[in-house]
Amino acid sequence: MAGFDGLFFLEVLVGGLLSGVMYALVAIGFVLIYKTSGVLNFAQGAMLLFAALTFVSLTERGISFPLAFAITFAIMVALGIVIERTVLRPLTNRPPITLFMATLGLSYVIEGAAQLIWGTQVHGLDLGIEDVPFDVGGVFISQFDLFAAAVAATLVAVLSVFFRYTRIGLGFRAVADDPFAALAVGLRLPFIWATVWAAAGLVALVAGLLWGARVGVQFSLSLVVLKALPVLVLGGFDSIPGAILGGLLIGAAEKLAEVYLGEYFGGGIESWFAYVLALVVLLVRPAGLFGQKRVERV
Amino acid sequence: MTLVLTGASAGAWSAASTAAFETAPRGRPGLAPDADADAQVHPAAKRPASLYRAAEPETSEAVLELVGVSLSFGGVAALSEVDLSVRRGEILAIIGPNGAGKSSIVNVISGVYPPDRGHVRLKGQRYGQVPTQKLARLGVARTFQNLALFPGLSVLDNVVAGRAHRARSSFIEQLAGFGRAKRERLDARERAADVIDFLQLSPLSERLVGTLPYGLQKRVELARALVAEPDILLLDEPMAGMTATEKNEMAGFVTAARDRFGTTVVLIEHDIGVVMSLSDRVAVFDHGRRIALGTPAEVQRDQRVIDAYLGVAEDENAGEGEEL
Amino acid sequence: MTMTAFATDLIPDTRPSRGLPGWALPVSVLAVAYLAVPLLATNYLFEAILLPFLALSLAGVGLNILTGYAGQVSLGSAAFMAVGAYAAYNLNLRVEGLPLIGSLVLAGLSAAVIGLAFGLPSLRLKGFYLAVSTLAAQFFVQWALTKFSWFSNDSASGVIDAPPLNIGGVALDGPVGRYLFALTVVAVLTFLSHRLVISQTGRNFIAVRDNETAARIIGVPVLKTKLLAFAVSSFIIGIAGVLWAFAYLRTVEPAGFNLDRSFQILFIVIIGGLATIRGAFFGAALIVVFPLVLSRFGAFVLGDVFDSGVLDMSQRIVLGALIILFLVLEPDGLAALGHRIRRRLPTVLSRR
Repeated sequence: MAGFDGLFFLEVLVGGLLSGVMYALVAIGFVLIYKTSGVLNFAQGAMLLFAALTFVSLTERGISFPLAFAITFAIMVALGIVIERTVLRPLTNRPPITLFMATLGLSYVIEGAAQLIWGTQVHGLDLGIEDVPFDVGGVFISQFDLFAAAVAATLVAVLSVFFRYTRIGLGFRAVADDPFAALAVGLRLPFIWATVWAAAGLVALVAGLLWGARVGVQFSLSLVVLKALPVLVLGGFDSIPGAILGGLLIGAAEKLAEVYLGEYFGGGIESWFAYVLALVVLLVRPAGLFGQKRVERV
Repeated sequence: MTLVLTGASAGAWSAASTAAFETAPRGRPGLAPDADADAQVHPAAKRPASLYRAAEPETSEAVLELVGVSLSFGGVAALSEVDLSVRRGEILAIIGPNGAGKSSIVNVISGVYPPDRGHVRLKGQRYGQVPTQKLARLGVARTFQNLALFPGLSVLDNVVAGRAHRARSSFIEQLAGFGRAKRERLDARERAADVIDFLQLSPLSERLVGTLPYGLQKRVELARALVAEPDILLLDEPMAGMTATEKNEMAGFVTAARDRFGTTVVLIEHDIGVVMSLSDRVAVFDHGRRIALGTPAEVQRDQRVIDAYLGVAEDENAGEGEEL
Repeated sequence: MTMTAFATDLIPDTRPSRGLPGWALPVSVLAVAYLAVPLLATNYLFEAILLPFLALSLAGVGLNILTGYAGQVSLGSAAFMAVGAYAAYNLNLRVEGLPLIGSLVLAGLSAAVIGLAFGLPSLRLKGFYLAVSTLAAQFFVQWALTKFSWFSNDSASGVIDAPPLNIGGVALDGPVGRYLFALTVVAVLTFLSHRLVISQTGRNFIAVRDNETAARIIGVPVLKTKLLAFAVSSFIIGIAGVLWAFAYLRTVEPAGFNLDRSFQILFIVIIGGLATIRGAFFGAALIVVFPLVLSRFGAFVLGDVFDSGVLDMSQRIVLGALIILFLVLEPDGLAALGHRIRRRLPTVLSRR
């Protein structure tokens, strides 16, 4: 094909897939909470901002990386428990969309609080990984992107092991399957919810650090939630494999579209392309690529 | 044991039936010629109620037929090769233990579930899947096992909503509020008020339906179905979760409604006792198959029916949540 | 998924026993708004409070028809405001001799068409999937208005200036004129919205919201009803956008119709009360007034520490907390709260 640079195509594709990993990472935080409590937690982006901002502010005050990580994680766990107590529990048995709106309010509170406490200036975050591209058979790959992908993969593996082999994990899956039955066999729902929110907090922290190192730790970090939403729509709100595949698909499609189609639209199509792509897929498969199709009982 | 109960309650429900019938307005506006002209009052409606009992079943025509209908969910058969024919003007009860596939029959007839095999014949038309959207215009109305009312609307508005399929005016006409839109609005309100009166709900007509006790909500659902003036009324466990008194009342309303509007009634019931005196014919289902069909007396003597029911006699109250 | 189902507008407020007819309250409010307010209000009151209040109230009424009544959650309201504003601007600019009312109505229709297009997914999607898909409208419209300078007559970064307003030769450019213009538009559309929600169509909206299967079975044309809800809602929100751009700000850019604006309108509906027309006005009043109160209060209590950054952040916190509080404690919003207070007031007073 004339004018088609295969190597360049591959480079764009790999770049897209790697940034897709970052999308998937954010999306996984949503899935964890959605599976157990049926809530689409819009505040996931705010939690991400909060975690990254707390971490950066701690390290800027001379606290070492591991300690800052531990403290931030502890704060995220506390936050998860507080959210469970003050927002989720009073809203038990309310329609899912009410809970969604509550998390919308929650995202405002957390964003406001994060910046009120730590200030609104942009913080640089250096994870010690140099963002130099290296050459793999003529294709340039960002070292940082690879690192991020590796971290994401590790996190997914850790979470999978946790949820597959621990008692809490079993509880989690039972609640995801059927909250009422889980309640009936004596699982402590509030405890499981708090655990899941803590896990989502961990995901938010890791994603926040990776994204923060990429684009700087600032308010716009909470907007990555908007990147994760089409991923969720595509992969299904209740599927972790869906979130990963959806993330990769959207990441790749978005980059390819921007490079190959963008010029016909005047550029900047990244802001909506993912949504339109997700919509088109949804018109064919209304529950997403991997979401469970539920038979409506009447 | 339930069979014995039947006889005891029979007197009570027929009393309720008469009472309900007596309170119906003499003018019978429900039967007035319809403005839209597509609401045919069935000739049978004009016959005295007693004729239904006397009429030889063989001479009546089928208004609704299931032919070889099979349905399964994830490999579990809910209905297997079901044939069923419903005659004009009769009350046909479908009974059976949990998981017998009773609700599935109503859901197939109303097009909520498409059958895997077989078809439904409705007013001479053959349907692979009944078009739910057109159901009301085909003269079929139904109620649901687990209430399907509109909790955000008053009792009156819920019942008025049952006339939705008659609305021809556009929303612009409705905004303007005169001409056709006004006629439709007044007509729907009048008919709704009439049915509400008929089912003795008048004092509650401004209440939000979600605030009513369960038994009354069931009755509102019946009202919403009746206001459509259906030829065929499908009632999915209209008496589930009711007290004995409420059940008798409801049975009275069902008979009264049939007698007044000439509606064919297909009624699903878990409790074998209630339907025996109410129905003209009874179809008994077990594990998705029809195991008996006949008059209540015939069915009661059927050995397979006795066998099927002996097994569930003890836990019949545990069965509100039938899923299929 | 069902929305919280409350339709306080459909319960007659005035039971026969309780004196005043139903139209008494709206008529007296209008009388005050037309006669007393122009005499008493200051320019600040018009520019900072009344004009944004009117535009946002109307947007709230529009979204309430879609989300409150028809149960379809939309996160893209600001996009339809933007479509309305830019359509009115272009109609006024490019169509010679088109009167203001003409461009207003056509702008609403343009928003309705776009709303219809982005409402198509509602035919297959429900709940969160639909809510997220409405974000497509938000981002696409904002992008298109910034990207294609034709929409803003080649101005930098898509900024547009409102044309002079006049109806039948009467200039309406002063604060009072713009206020009366906005008030009239809002009053007419609110009245029509009220007529709509108590009509058969309004009942269909609620039926689809509360139980789609049951609605379909009783013969409600479900798909048509959903699309109509999107179209009508977008029409009203589009006109609210015209008021926002022409009567209130006079100069707007696409970024002014961002996601935060969409959330603001959703918050108005939640705070005011889903499925009540008057709730949108209560919600908008609170959303417009509370930042002003908060800034005065903050400056008074904290003095210099309370700079604009702190104000901004505390606004977000208080607003978010308010949303959660309303959802937990008063899910039917201010409209229901007002309703309850009014019912209890006589008993409280008589106890004295």
